[in-house]
Amino acid sequence: MAKLVFMGRLEDVAGTAEMSVSPGPVEQVLASLDPALAVQLLGEKVRMAHNGRLLTDVGGVVLANGDELAFLPPVSGG
Amino acid sequence: MADARLSLDAFDPAAEIAAFNARHRSAGGIVTFVGQVRDSGGVEALELQHYEPMTLPGMEELARITQARWPLEGLLILHRSGVMYPGDAIVLVCAAARHRRDAFAAADFAMDHLKSESWFWKREKTATGWRWIEPRPEDHEDISRWRA
Repeated sequence: MAKLVFMGRLEDVAGTAEMSVSPGPVEQVLASLDPALAVQLLGEKVRMAHNGRLLTDVGGVVLANGDELAFLPPVSGG
Repeated sequence: MADARLSLDAFDPAAEIAAFNARHRSAGGIVTFVGQVRDSGGVEALELQHYEPMTLPGMEELARITQARWPLEGLLILHRSGVMYPGDAIVLVCAAARHRRDAFAAADFAMDHLKSESWFWKREKTATGWRWIEPRPEDHEDISRWRA
């Protein structure tokens, strides 16, 4: 399985901090989610990180077994 | 050497500052900044969330960039994660340099980047419950000052 991680307010939208999903292309993984959640995850301010590395484009990204895809809304530290 | 740390528990800024100062006896100037949970506006608690694979590596990279930009004798970036209460320290930046302007600028630069480019998410608890804090436009203006 692969893992989706929801940070910040996206955790509230998803109702969970992490979710196990079947491996496969990211587009396919997103299409399997609740559409209301998928819309939030694809928001223009949300960035994605695949195994800790920021993605510039999800096109062609495939989640393998054990991979982690994190959804990162705008940050607010300090 | 730069020192970047993520603390999951409360830390004592005065003790950290004293230890930092003792390590940098040859520096002519040391600037320290402490960010703390404000005791106003009905905030009962503040929570900072971090993302393990990216938050500390990002802070280490910020420390490296800050040290490359100013001639520093030492730099400490210490940031909390977890639940905090009014008066608790959130962040500490210490910059030691031969001359004060480098220390002021380095601490300012590091703080601006911690506020708007580090991997933290913040929510606060008031009488009505928890609420996620979105970044403010000023945070982005602050950081744009360094992109001349």
